[in-house]
Amino acid sequence: MVETAETRAAAARLLTRFEALGAERVEAAILQPAGPLLDLYGEDIRARAYVTQDPLRGEVMLRPDFTVPVVEMHLARGNGAARYTYAGEIFRKQEEETGRPSEYLQVGYEHFGGADEPAADAEVFAAFHGILAPLGLKPATGDIGLLTAAIRGLSTTEARKGALLRHLWRPRRFRALVERYRAWRPATALHGSPDSPEIGLRSRAEVEARLAALATDAKEPPLSGMEAEVLDTLLRLKETAPVVLSQIRDIAVDFPAVAPAADMFSARLDALARAGIDVDTLPFEASYGRTTLEYYDGFVFGFYAEGRPDLPPVATGGRYDALTGVIGGGAAVPAVGGVIRPGLLGELGVAP
Amino acid sequence: MTLKLGIPSKGRLMSKTADWFGAKGLDFTVDEGRAYTASLGFDGVEPVLLSAGEIPRELAAGRIHLGVTGMDVVREKIPGWEMQVRELAPLGFGQAVLVIAVPDFWADVDTLHDLDAAAAAFRAVHGHRLRIATKYHRLVREFLRTKGVADYQLVDSQGATEGTVRNLTAEAVADITSTGETLRANHLRILSDGVILKSEAMLYKARNADWTGETRGILERLAGQLGLAL
Repeated sequence: MVETAETRAAAARLLTRFEALGAERVEAAILQPAGPLLDLYGEDIRARAYVTQDPLRGEVMLRPDFTVPVVEMHLARGNGAARYTYAGEIFRKQEEETGRPSEYLQVGYEHFGGADEPAADAEVFAAFHGILAPLGLKPATGDIGLLTAAIRGLSTTEARKGALLRHLWRPRRFRALVERYRAWRPATALHGSPDSPEIGLRSRAEVEARLAALATDAKEPPLSGMEAEVLDTLLRLKETAPVVLSQIRDIAVDFPAVAPAADMFSARLDALARAGIDVDTLPFEASYGRTTLEYYDGFVFGFYAEGRPDLPPVATGGRYDALTGVIGGGAAVPAVGGVIRPGLLGELGVAP
Repeated sequence: MTLKLGIPSKGRLMSKTADWFGAKGLDFTVDEGRAYTASLGFDGVEPVLLSAGEIPRELAAGRIHLGVTGMDVVREKIPGWEMQVRELAPLGFGQAVLVIAVPDFWADVDTLHDLDAAAAAFRAVHGHRLRIATKYHRLVREFLRTKGVADYQLVDSQGATEGTVRNLTAEAVADITSTGETLRANHLRILSDGVILKSEAMLYKARNADWTGETRGILERLAGQLGLAL
Protein backbone atom coordinates (compact mmCIF):
# COMPACT_ATOMS: atom_id res chain seq x y z
CA MET A 1 0.00 0.00 0.00
CA VAL A 2 1.29 3.44 -0.88
CA GLU A 3 0.90 6.16 1.71
CA THR A 4 -1.12 9.12 0.52
CA ALA A 5 0.11 12.70 0.54
CA GLU A 6 -2.43 13.34 3.32
CA THR A 7 -0.86 10.64 5.47
CA ARG A 8 2.63 12.02 4.89
CA ALA A 9 1.41 15.50 5.77
CA ALA A 10 -0.24 14.14 8.94
CA ALA A 11 3.04 12.41 9.86
CA ALA A 12 4.93 15.67 9.36
CA ARG A 13 2.46 17.54 11.58
CA LEU A 14 2.78 14.88 14.29
CA LEU A 15 6.58 15.20 14.19
CA THR A 16 6.23 18.95 14.67
CA ARG A 17 3.94 18.39 17.66
CA PHE A 18 6.46 16.07 19.31
CA GLU A 19 9.31 18.47 18.51
CA ALA A 20 7.32 21.20 20.23
CA LEU A 21 7.36 18.99 23.35
CA GLY A 22 11.17 19.14 23.29
CA ALA A 23 11.90 16.01 21.29
CA GLU A 24 14.89 15.83 18.97
CA ARG A 25 14.10 14.43 15.54
CA VAL A 26 16.08 11.28 14.69
CA GLU A 27 16.31 8.80 11.82
CA ALA A 28 16.90 5.05 11.59
CA ALA A 29 18.04 2.88 8.68
CA ILE A 30 15.38 0.85 6.91
CA LEU A 31 17.71 -2.15 6.61
CA GLN A 32 18.36 -3.36 10.14
CA PRO A 33 20.70 -6.23 11.09
CA ALA A 34 18.46 -9.23 11.80
CA GLY A 35 20.49 -10.68 14.67
CA PRO A 36 19.56 -8.28 17.49
CA LEU A 37 15.88 -8.31 16.49
CA LEU A 38 15.78 -12.12 16.38
CA ASP A 39 17.53 -12.36 19.74
CA LEU A 40 15.01 -9.98 21.28
CA TYR A 41 11.77 -11.16 19.78
CA GLY A 42 12.62 -14.77 19.01
CA GLU A 43 11.76 -16.76 15.94
CA ASP A 44 8.18 -15.44 15.85
CA ILE A 45 9.41 -12.16 14.37
CA ARG A 46 10.28 -14.03 11.17
CA ALA A 47 6.56 -14.47 10.61
CA ARG A 48 6.11 -10.71 10.88
CA ALA A 49 9.28 -9.15 9.47
CA TYR A 50 10.74 -9.19 5.97
CA VAL A 51 14.09 -10.91 6.17
CA THR A 52 16.53 -10.61 3.33
CA GLN A 53 20.13 -11.40 2.65
CA ASP A 54 22.88 -8.82 2.38
CA PRO A 55 26.05 -10.12 0.70
CA LEU A 56 28.32 -8.45 3.28
CA ARG A 57 26.18 -7.99 6.40
CA GLY A 58 24.34 -11.30 6.33
CA GLU A 59 20.67 -11.42 7.32
CA VAL A 60 18.95 -8.05 7.42
CA MET A 61 15.35 -7.04 8.10
CA LEU A 62 13.21 -4.29 6.70
CA ARG A 63 12.71 -2.16 9.84
CA PRO A 64 9.87 -3.84 11.79
CA ASP A 65 9.93 -1.11 14.43
CA PHE A 66 11.96 1.92 15.50
CA THR A 67 12.41 1.05 19.14
CA VAL A 68 15.52 -1.09 18.79
CA PRO A 69 17.50 1.30 16.53
CA VAL A 70 16.46 4.33 18.62
CA VAL A 71 17.57 2.62 21.85
CA GLU A 72 20.87 1.64 20.19
CA MET A 73 21.41 5.21 19.06
CA HIS A 74 20.60 6.59 22.49
CA LEU A 75 22.96 4.18 24.25
CA ALA A 76 25.76 4.88 21.74
CA ARG A 77 25.48 8.57 22.55
CA GLY A 78 25.94 7.80 26.23
CA ASN A 79 23.07 7.86 28.49
CA GLY A 80 21.68 11.23 29.52
CA ALA A 81 18.08 12.25 29.62
CA ALA A 82 16.65 12.72 26.14
CA ARG A 83 13.45 12.90 24.16
CA TYR A 84 13.35 11.73 20.54
CA THR A 85 10.80 11.75 17.77
CA TYR A 86 10.88 10.01 14.38
CA ALA A 87 8.69 9.17 11.42
CA GLY A 88 9.07 6.55 8.76
CA GLU A 89 7.84 3.36 7.19
CA ILE A 90 7.77 0.13 9.09
CA PHE A 91 7.25 -3.24 7.46
CA ARG A 92 5.15 -6.09 8.86
CA LYS A 93 4.38 -9.23 6.89
CA GLN A 94 0.75 -10.30 6.94
CA GLU A 95 0.71 -14.08 6.69
CA GLU A 96 -3.06 -14.27 6.62
CA GLU A 97 -5.28 -12.12 4.43
CA THR A 98 -6.26 -9.49 7.01
CA GLY A 99 -6.63 -6.56 4.67
CA ARG A 100 -4.13 -4.70 6.83
CA PRO A 101 -1.18 -3.00 5.13
CA SER A 102 2.24 -4.60 5.38
CA GLU A 103 4.01 -1.25 4.95
CA TYR A 104 2.88 1.84 6.81
CA LEU A 105 4.07 5.07 8.38
CA GLN A 106 4.72 5.29 12.07
CA VAL A 107 5.48 8.40 14.10
CA GLY A 108 7.06 7.88 17.49
CA TYR A 109 8.08 9.68 20.64
CA GLU A 110 10.54 8.17 23.13
CA HIS A 111 11.58 9.53 26.51
CA PHE A 112 14.85 8.27 28.06
CA GLY A 113 16.45 8.79 31.43
CA GLY A 114 13.47 10.17 33.33
CA ALA A 115 14.43 9.42 36.93
CA ASP A 116 10.89 10.09 38.18
CA GLU A 117 9.11 7.06 36.69
CA PRO A 118 5.47 8.06 37.34
CA ALA A 119 6.15 11.56 36.03
CA ALA A 120 7.76 10.23 32.83
CA ASP A 121 4.90 7.75 32.28
CA ALA A 122 2.39 10.55 32.73
CA GLU A 123 4.31 12.94 30.49
CA VAL A 124 4.37 10.47 27.59
CA PHE A 125 0.75 9.39 28.01
CA ALA A 126 -0.36 13.02 28.24
CA ALA A 127 1.60 13.87 25.07
CA PHE A 128 -0.27 11.21 23.07
CA HIS A 129 -3.56 12.01 24.79
CA GLY A 130 -3.21 15.70 23.94
CA ILE A 131 -2.25 15.16 20.32
CA LEU A 132 -5.00 12.60 19.72
CA ALA A 133 -7.66 14.48 21.72
CA PRO A 134 -9.60 15.76 18.64
CA LEU A 135 -10.14 12.16 17.48
CA GLY A 136 -12.26 11.10 20.47
CA LEU A 137 -10.37 7.83 20.83
CA LYS A 138 -10.81 5.40 23.70
CA PRO A 139 -7.68 5.01 25.82
CA ALA A 140 -6.54 1.70 27.29
CA THR A 141 -3.95 1.33 30.04
CA GLY A 142 -2.25 -1.50 31.87
CA ASP A 143 0.82 -2.19 33.96
CA ILE A 144 3.12 -5.11 33.28
CA GLY A 145 5.09 -4.07 36.38
CA LEU A 146 2.15 -5.01 38.58
CA LEU A 147 2.19 -8.55 37.20
CA THR A 148 5.97 -8.94 37.49
CA ALA A 149 5.85 -7.61 41.08
CA ALA A 150 3.23 -10.22 41.94
CA ILE A 151 5.31 -13.02 40.37
CA ARG A 152 8.48 -11.88 42.14
CA GLY A 153 6.53 -11.84 45.41
CA LEU A 154 5.35 -15.46 45.20
CA SER A 155 6.64 -17.67 48.01
CA THR A 156 8.25 -20.14 45.63
CA THR A 157 11.65 -20.77 44.10
CA GLU A 158 13.57 -18.32 41.94
CA ALA A 159 13.55 -20.93 39.16
CA ARG A 160 9.74 -21.04 39.11
CA LYS A 161 9.48 -17.27 39.28
CA GLY A 162 11.98 -17.00 36.44
CA ALA A 163 9.94 -19.38 34.28
CA LEU A 164 6.71 -17.46 34.99
CA LEU A 165 8.37 -14.12 34.21
CA ARG A 166 9.79 -15.54 30.99
CA HIS A 167 6.35 -16.63 29.82
CA LEU A 168 4.33 -13.68 31.08
CA TRP A 169 3.70 -12.75 27.42
CA ARG A 170 2.49 -16.23 26.43
CA PRO A 171 -0.81 -16.58 28.29
CA ARG A 172 -1.33 -20.28 27.45
CA ARG A 173 2.08 -21.41 28.60
CA PHE A 174 1.86 -19.09 31.62
CA ARG A 175 -1.39 -20.74 32.69
CA ALA A 176 0.09 -24.20 32.12
CA LEU A 177 3.06 -23.27 34.31
CA VAL A 178 0.82 -21.99 37.12
CA GLU A 179 -1.18 -25.24 36.99
CA ARG A 180 2.02 -27.24 36.97
CA TYR A 181 3.36 -25.47 40.06
CA ARG A 182 0.04 -25.80 41.88
CA ALA A 183 -0.11 -29.55 41.48
CA TRP A 184 1.95 -32.00 43.45
CA ARG A 185 4.01 -34.05 41.05
CA PRO A 186 6.36 -36.97 41.47
CA ALA A 187 9.99 -36.69 40.47
CA THR A 188 10.36 -36.83 36.71
CA ALA A 189 10.97 -40.16 35.07
CA LEU A 190 13.99 -40.56 32.82
CA HIS A 191 13.26 -40.61 29.11
CA GLY A 192 15.11 -42.37 26.30
CA SER A 193 17.61 -45.15 26.52
CA PRO A 194 20.56 -44.85 28.93
CA ASP A 195 22.73 -46.41 26.19
CA SER A 196 22.07 -43.69 23.63
CA PRO A 197 25.19 -41.80 22.59
CA GLU A 198 25.78 -38.17 23.48
CA ILE A 199 25.29 -36.22 20.24
CA GLY A 200 25.05 -32.51 19.51
CA LEU A 201 26.05 -29.36 21.31
CA ARG A 202 23.78 -29.82 24.35
CA SER A 203 26.00 -31.95 26.58
CA ARG A 204 25.23 -34.76 28.99
CA ALA A 205 26.30 -32.39 31.76
CA GLU A 206 23.50 -30.01 30.72
CA VAL A 207 21.02 -32.89 30.75
CA GLU A 208 22.22 -33.90 34.23
CA ALA A 209 21.97 -30.29 35.40
CA ARG A 210 18.34 -30.03 34.33
CA LEU A 211 17.51 -33.43 35.87
CA ALA A 212 18.99 -32.17 39.12
CA ALA A 213 16.94 -28.98 38.84
CA LEU A 214 13.79 -31.06 38.22
CA ALA A 215 14.58 -33.25 41.25
CA THR A 216 15.03 -30.15 43.40
CA ASP A 217 11.81 -28.67 42.08
CA ALA A 218 9.90 -31.89 42.84
CA LYS A 219 10.79 -31.48 46.52
CA GLU A 220 9.36 -27.97 46.59
CA PRO A 221 5.89 -27.47 48.00
CA PRO A 222 3.27 -26.63 45.39
CA LEU A 223 2.34 -23.01 44.77
CA SER A 224 -0.27 -22.08 47.36
CA GLY A 225 -3.87 -21.88 46.24
CA MET A 226 -4.06 -18.38 47.72
CA GLU A 227 -1.15 -17.12 45.63
CA ALA A 228 -2.39 -18.78 42.44
CA GLU A 229 -5.73 -17.06 43.05
CA VAL A 230 -3.98 -13.73 43.56
CA LEU A 231 -2.35 -14.12 40.14
CA ASP A 232 -5.71 -15.00 38.63
CA THR A 233 -7.45 -12.07 40.28
CA LEU A 234 -4.74 -9.64 39.23
CA LEU A 235 -4.85 -10.81 35.62
CA ARG A 236 -8.62 -10.30 35.53
CA LEU A 237 -8.63 -6.75 36.93
CA LYS A 238 -10.49 -4.51 34.51
CA GLU A 239 -12.20 -1.32 35.66
CA THR A 240 -11.49 2.39 35.84
CA ALA A 241 -8.02 3.08 37.20
CA PRO A 242 -9.09 4.33 40.69
CA VAL A 243 -11.33 1.25 41.21
CA VAL A 244 -8.48 -1.06 40.18
CA LEU A 245 -6.14 0.78 42.54
CA SER A 246 -8.44 0.12 45.49
CA GLN A 247 -8.74 -3.53 44.42
CA ILE A 248 -4.94 -3.83 44.36
CA ARG A 249 -4.82 -2.26 47.83
CA ASP A 250 -7.26 -4.96 48.99
CA ILE A 251 -5.07 -7.69 47.47
CA ALA A 252 -2.00 -6.16 49.13
CA VAL A 253 -3.53 -6.81 52.58
CA ASP A 254 -3.01 -10.56 52.14
CA PHE A 255 -0.23 -10.33 49.56
CA PRO A 256 2.03 -7.42 50.52
CA ALA A 257 4.39 -8.03 47.57
CA VAL A 258 2.11 -5.94 45.35
CA ALA A 259 2.09 -2.98 47.78
CA PRO A 260 5.04 -1.19 46.11
CA ALA A 261 3.38 -1.68 42.71
CA ALA A 262 0.19 -0.21 44.14
CA ASP A 263 2.19 2.80 45.41
CA MET A 264 3.71 3.24 41.95
CA PHE A 265 0.23 2.92 40.41
CA SER A 266 -1.07 5.56 42.79
CA ALA A 267 1.84 7.93 42.11
CA ARG A 268 1.27 7.49 38.37
CA LEU A 269 -2.42 8.36 38.70
CA ASP A 270 -1.46 11.48 40.65
CA ALA A 271 1.06 12.44 37.96
CA LEU A 272 -1.53 11.80 35.23
CA ALA A 273 -4.05 13.97 37.06
CA ARG A 274 -1.44 16.74 37.34
CA ALA A 275 -0.87 16.39 33.59
CA GLY A 276 -4.54 17.10 33.04
CA ILE A 277 -5.83 13.54 32.48
CA ASP A 278 -9.25 12.65 33.89
CA VAL A 279 -8.08 9.57 35.80
CA ASP A 280 -11.52 8.84 37.29
CA THR A 281 -12.74 7.60 33.92
CA LEU A 282 -9.40 6.19 32.68
CA PRO A 283 -9.84 2.48 31.85
CA PHE A 284 -7.31 0.02 33.25
CA GLU A 285 -6.92 -3.64 32.28
CA ALA A 286 -4.22 -5.68 34.01
CA SER A 287 -3.80 -8.04 31.06
CA TYR A 288 -3.43 -5.19 28.57
CA GLY A 289 -0.16 -5.44 26.66
CA ARG A 290 0.38 -9.03 27.70
CA THR A 291 0.06 -10.70 24.34
CA THR A 292 1.68 -8.58 21.68
CA LEU A 293 3.94 -5.96 23.19
CA GLU A 294 6.57 -8.29 24.50
CA TYR A 295 9.22 -5.78 25.46
CA TYR A 296 7.13 -3.57 27.73
CA ASP A 297 7.74 -4.08 31.44
CA GLY A 298 5.82 -1.29 33.18
CA PHE A 299 3.03 1.11 32.27
CA VAL A 300 1.42 0.31 28.89
CA PHE A 301 -1.20 2.23 26.91
CA GLY A 302 -3.10 2.35 23.66
CA PHE A 303 -5.69 4.50 21.90
CA TYR A 304 -8.51 2.86 19.95
CA ALA A 305 -11.27 4.04 17.65
CA GLU A 306 -14.52 2.99 19.32
CA GLY A 307 -16.89 1.16 17.02
CA ARG A 308 -14.04 0.23 14.68
CA PRO A 309 -12.84 -3.18 15.92
CA ASP A 310 -11.54 -3.79 12.38
CA LEU A 311 -8.82 -1.19 12.89
CA PRO A 312 -5.62 -1.75 14.86
CA PRO A 313 -4.94 0.72 17.68
CA VAL A 314 -4.18 4.23 16.42
CA ALA A 315 -1.42 4.55 19.02
CA THR A 316 0.36 2.24 21.46
CA GLY A 317 3.17 2.70 23.91
CA GLY A 318 4.68 1.88 27.25
CA ARG A 319 7.72 1.55 29.46
CA TYR A 320 10.59 -0.70 28.40
CA ASP A 321 13.49 -0.15 30.81
CA ALA A 322 14.58 -3.80 30.70
CA LEU A 323 14.87 -3.77 26.91
CA THR A 324 17.51 -1.05 27.10
CA GLY A 325 19.55 -3.28 29.43
CA VAL A 326 19.22 -6.24 27.06
CA ILE A 327 20.22 -4.18 24.01
CA GLY A 328 23.07 -2.39 25.75
CA GLY A 329 24.28 -5.43 27.62
CA GLY A 330 24.48 -3.30 30.75
CA ALA A 331 22.33 -1.50 33.26
CA ALA A 332 18.79 -0.59 32.22
CA VAL A 333 17.95 3.02 31.40
CA PRO A 334 14.49 4.43 32.18
CA ALA A 335 12.66 4.43 28.85
CA VAL A 336 9.05 5.07 27.92
CA GLY A 337 7.53 5.96 24.58
CA GLY A 338 4.92 5.24 21.98
CA VAL A 339 3.93 5.32 18.31
CA ILE A 340 1.05 6.65 16.22
CA ARG A 341 -0.07 5.29 12.85
CA PRO A 342 -0.93 8.41 10.86
CA GLY A 343 -2.42 6.25 8.09
CA LEU A 344 -5.34 5.43 10.36
CA LEU A 345 -6.19 9.07 10.87
CA GLY A 346 -7.38 9.32 7.28
CA GLU A 347 -9.50 6.18 7.79
CA LEU A 348 -11.14 7.91 10.74
CA GLY A 349 -11.73 10.99 8.63
CA VAL A 350 -9.75 13.37 10.80
CA ALA A 351 -6.52 15.32 10.62
CA PRO A 352 -4.96 16.17 13.97
CA MET B 1 -11.74 -25.00 -21.94
CA THR B 2 -10.31 -27.94 -20.06
CA LEU B 3 -10.02 -28.67 -16.37
CA LYS B 4 -6.34 -28.76 -15.43
CA LEU B 5 -5.31 -31.41 -12.94
CA GLY B 6 -1.80 -31.13 -11.44
CA ILE B 7 -0.14 -34.52 -10.94
CA PRO B 8 3.29 -35.15 -9.37
CA SER B 9 5.67 -35.70 -12.24
CA LYS B 10 7.74 -38.56 -10.90
CA GLY B 11 8.39 -41.28 -8.40
CA ARG B 12 6.12 -43.14 -6.04
CA LEU B 13 3.77 -40.20 -5.69
CA MET B 14 3.04 -40.30 -9.43
CA SER B 15 2.62 -44.08 -9.65
CA LYS B 16 0.40 -44.17 -6.53
CA THR B 17 -1.69 -41.34 -7.97
CA ALA B 18 -2.06 -43.36 -11.19
CA ASP B 19 -3.11 -46.38 -9.10
CA TRP B 20 -5.71 -44.30 -7.23
CA PHE B 21 -7.28 -43.03 -10.45
CA GLY B 22 -7.00 -46.54 -11.90
CA ALA B 23 -9.02 -47.95 -8.99
CA LYS B 24 -11.74 -45.44 -9.90
CA GLY B 25 -11.77 -46.64 -13.50
CA LEU B 26 -9.60 -43.89 -14.99
CA ASP B 27 -6.52 -44.79 -16.98
CA PHE B 28 -3.77 -42.30 -16.22
CA THR B 29 -0.94 -42.63 -18.74
CA VAL B 30 2.21 -40.67 -19.49
CA ASP B 31 3.26 -40.34 -23.10
CA GLU B 32 6.73 -41.92 -23.11
CA GLY B 33 7.60 -40.40 -26.49
CA ARG B 34 6.89 -36.81 -25.62
CA ALA B 35 7.94 -36.29 -22.01
CA TYR B 36 5.59 -34.49 -19.61
CA THR B 37 2.38 -34.96 -21.45
CA ALA B 38 -0.21 -37.21 -19.93
CA SER B 39 -3.79 -38.30 -20.27
CA LEU B 40 -6.47 -39.37 -17.82
CA GLY B 41 -8.83 -40.75 -20.40
CA PHE B 42 -11.61 -38.50 -19.09
CA ASP B 43 -13.23 -35.98 -21.40
CA GLY B 44 -12.35 -32.38 -20.51
CA VAL B 45 -9.63 -33.18 -17.94
CA GLU B 46 -6.06 -32.29 -18.85
CA PRO B 47 -3.41 -33.70 -16.51
CA VAL B 48 -0.45 -31.35 -16.00
CA LEU B 49 2.76 -32.96 -14.74
CA LEU B 50 4.45 -30.82 -12.11
CA SER B 51 6.95 -31.32 -9.34
CA ALA B 52 4.99 -32.10 -6.14
CA GLY B 53 6.63 -29.09 -4.50
CA GLU B 54 5.33 -26.73 -7.21
CA ILE B 55 1.74 -27.94 -7.11
CA PRO B 56 0.81 -25.82 -4.03
CA ARG B 57 2.01 -22.65 -5.77
CA GLU B 58 0.09 -23.50 -8.96
CA LEU B 59 -3.05 -24.27 -6.93
CA ALA B 60 -2.80 -21.03 -4.95
CA ALA B 61 -2.35 -19.04 -8.16
CA GLY B 62 -5.31 -20.83 -9.72
CA ARG B 63 -3.29 -21.90 -12.76
CA ILE B 64 -4.55 -25.45 -12.23
CA HIS B 65 -8.08 -26.36 -11.13
CA LEU B 66 -7.20 -29.49 -9.18
CA GLY B 67 -3.95 -30.93 -7.92
CA VAL B 68 -2.53 -33.90 -6.07
CA THR B 69 0.16 -33.23 -3.50
CA GLY B 70 1.02 -33.72 0.17
CA MET B 71 -0.86 -31.91 2.93
CA ASP B 72 2.51 -30.96 4.44
CA VAL B 73 3.70 -28.96 1.41
CA VAL B 74 0.32 -27.23 0.97
CA ARG B 75 0.21 -26.09 4.60
CA GLU B 76 3.87 -25.09 4.56
CA LYS B 77 3.84 -23.19 1.29
CA ILE B 78 0.41 -21.53 1.10
CA PRO B 79 -0.22 -18.80 3.69
CA GLY B 80 -3.85 -19.04 4.80
CA TRP B 81 -4.17 -22.26 2.81
CA GLU B 82 -7.84 -22.80 3.70
CA MET B 83 -8.73 -19.63 1.83
CA GLN B 84 -6.83 -20.73 -1.28
CA VAL B 85 -7.56 -24.45 -1.65
CA ARG B 86 -10.11 -27.02 -0.53
CA GLU B 87 -9.29 -30.59 0.47
CA LEU B 88 -11.42 -32.81 -1.79
CA ALA B 89 -10.21 -36.32 -0.94
CA PRO B 90 -7.41 -37.94 1.02
CA LEU B 91 -5.77 -40.46 -1.28
CA GLY B 92 -4.60 -43.01 1.30
CA PHE B 93 -0.90 -42.96 0.46
CA GLY B 94 2.13 -40.77 1.07
CA GLN B 95 1.45 -40.91 4.80
CA ALA B 96 4.03 -39.05 6.80
CA VAL B 97 4.13 -37.26 10.11
CA LEU B 98 5.90 -33.98 10.77
CA VAL B 99 7.45 -34.30 14.22
CA ILE B 100 9.88 -32.63 16.57
CA ALA B 101 12.67 -34.93 17.69
CA VAL B 102 15.54 -34.50 20.12
CA PRO B 103 18.63 -36.59 20.92
CA ASP B 104 17.50 -39.77 22.69
CA PHE B 105 20.06 -39.26 25.46
CA TRP B 106 18.21 -36.10 26.58
CA ALA B 107 16.73 -38.01 29.52
CA ASP B 108 15.16 -34.79 30.86
CA VAL B 109 13.14 -33.98 27.75
CA ASP B 110 9.85 -35.69 26.90
CA THR B 111 7.41 -32.86 26.11
CA LEU B 112 7.33 -29.39 24.57
CA HIS B 113 7.37 -28.03 28.12
CA ASP B 114 10.72 -29.77 28.64
CA LEU B 115 12.00 -28.55 25.28
CA ASP B 116 11.12 -24.97 26.21
CA ALA B 117 12.83 -25.24 29.59
CA ALA B 118 15.87 -26.91 28.02
CA ALA B 119 16.00 -24.14 25.39
CA ALA B 120 16.07 -21.43 28.09
CA ALA B 121 18.90 -23.21 29.92
CA PHE B 122 20.74 -23.87 26.65
CA ARG B 123 20.62 -20.21 25.70
CA ALA B 124 22.04 -19.21 29.09
CA VAL B 125 24.94 -21.68 28.69
CA HIS B 126 25.75 -21.27 24.99
CA GLY B 127 24.75 -17.67 24.33
CA HIS B 128 22.51 -18.51 21.39
CA ARG B 129 19.04 -19.93 20.97
CA LEU B 130 18.54 -23.69 20.67
CA ARG B 131 18.60 -24.58 16.98
CA ILE B 132 15.93 -26.73 15.35
CA ALA B 133 16.75 -27.89 11.82
CA THR B 134 13.83 -28.13 9.40
CA LYS B 135 12.55 -27.33 5.96
CA TYR B 136 9.01 -26.74 7.29
CA HIS B 137 9.61 -23.27 8.69
CA ARG B 138 6.05 -21.97 8.73
CA LEU B 139 4.46 -25.12 10.18
CA VAL B 140 7.08 -25.52 12.90
CA ARG B 141 7.04 -21.84 13.86
CA GLU B 142 3.25 -21.69 14.07
CA PHE B 143 3.16 -24.89 16.11
CA LEU B 144 5.78 -23.69 18.58
CA ARG B 145 4.16 -20.28 18.87
CA THR B 146 0.78 -21.85 19.63
CA LYS B 147 2.39 -24.07 22.23
CA GLY B 148 4.31 -21.16 23.78
CA VAL B 149 7.83 -22.46 23.21
CA ALA B 150 10.52 -19.74 23.23
CA ASP B 151 14.30 -19.38 22.92
CA TYR B 152 14.63 -21.57 19.85
CA GLN B 153 15.70 -20.73 16.32
CA LEU B 154 14.96 -22.51 13.09
CA VAL B 155 17.88 -23.38 10.85
CA ASP B 156 17.19 -24.38 7.29
CA SER B 157 17.84 -27.96 6.28
CA GLN B 158 16.62 -29.14 2.90
CA GLY B 159 17.86 -32.71 3.25
CA ALA B 160 19.55 -35.20 5.58
CA THR B 161 18.00 -33.27 8.46
CA GLU B 162 18.52 -36.22 10.86
CA GLY B 163 22.26 -35.72 10.57
CA THR B 164 22.30 -32.08 11.66
CA VAL B 165 22.49 -32.81 15.40
CA ARG B 166 25.49 -35.09 15.04
CA ASN B 167 27.09 -32.52 12.73
CA LEU B 168 26.58 -29.83 15.40
CA THR B 169 24.53 -27.58 13.11
CA ALA B 170 21.35 -28.06 15.20
CA GLU B 171 20.32 -29.32 18.63
CA ALA B 172 16.95 -30.76 17.55
CA VAL B 173 15.06 -31.45 14.32
CA ALA B 174 11.55 -31.03 12.93
CA ASP B 175 11.19 -33.47 10.08
CA ILE B 176 8.86 -35.75 8.18
CA THR B 177 8.94 -39.39 9.17
CA SER B 178 6.81 -42.38 8.27
CA THR B 179 8.03 -45.10 10.64
CA GLY B 180 10.48 -43.13 12.79
CA GLU B 181 13.19 -45.61 11.79
CA THR B 182 15.59 -43.03 10.34
CA LEU B 183 15.20 -40.85 13.41
CA ARG B 184 15.94 -43.83 15.70
CA ALA B 185 18.95 -44.80 13.62
CA ASN B 186 20.26 -41.29 14.19
CA HIS B 187 19.65 -41.57 17.96
CA LEU B 188 16.77 -39.11 17.87
CA ARG B 189 13.49 -39.47 19.77
CA ILE B 190 10.10 -37.91 18.97
CA LEU B 191 8.64 -35.73 21.73
CA SER B 192 5.51 -37.29 23.23
CA ASP B 193 3.50 -34.19 22.24
CA GLY B 194 5.72 -33.33 19.28
CA VAL B 195 3.44 -34.29 16.37
CA ILE B 196 2.92 -31.16 14.28
CA LEU B 197 0.96 -32.62 11.38
CA LYS B 198 -0.22 -36.00 10.11
CA SER B 199 0.06 -35.69 6.37
CA GLU B 200 -0.91 -37.75 3.36
CA ALA B 201 -1.40 -37.21 -0.35
CA MET B 202 -4.57 -35.20 -1.00
CA LEU B 203 -6.63 -34.14 -3.99
CA TYR B 204 -7.07 -30.35 -3.78
CA LYS B 205 -9.41 -27.93 -5.50
CA ALA B 206 -8.04 -24.47 -6.24
CA ARG B 207 -10.51 -21.82 -5.05
CA ASN B 208 -8.93 -19.13 -7.28
CA ALA B 209 -8.97 -21.12 -10.52
CA ASP B 210 -11.06 -20.08 -13.48
CA TRP B 211 -14.32 -21.77 -12.48
CA THR B 212 -16.68 -21.27 -15.40
CA GLY B 213 -19.91 -23.11 -16.10
CA GLU B 214 -17.89 -25.43 -18.29
CA THR B 215 -15.10 -26.30 -15.84
CA ARG B 216 -17.65 -26.62 -13.04
CA GLY B 217 -19.56 -29.09 -15.20
CA ILE B 218 -16.42 -31.12 -15.87
CA LEU B 219 -15.64 -31.16 -12.14
CA GLU B 220 -19.14 -32.41 -11.33
CA ARG B 221 -18.84 -35.24 -13.86
CA LEU B 222 -15.35 -36.10 -12.57
CA ALA B 223 -16.56 -36.07 -8.97
CA GLY B 224 -19.33 -38.45 -10.00
CA GLN B 225 -16.81 -40.82 -11.58
CA LEU B 226 -14.52 -40.63 -8.52
CA GLY B 227 -17.38 -40.91 -6.04
CA LEU B 228 -16.55 -37.61 -4.34
CA ALA B 229 -18.92 -35.23 -2.61
CA LEU B 230 -18.27 -31.63 -3.69
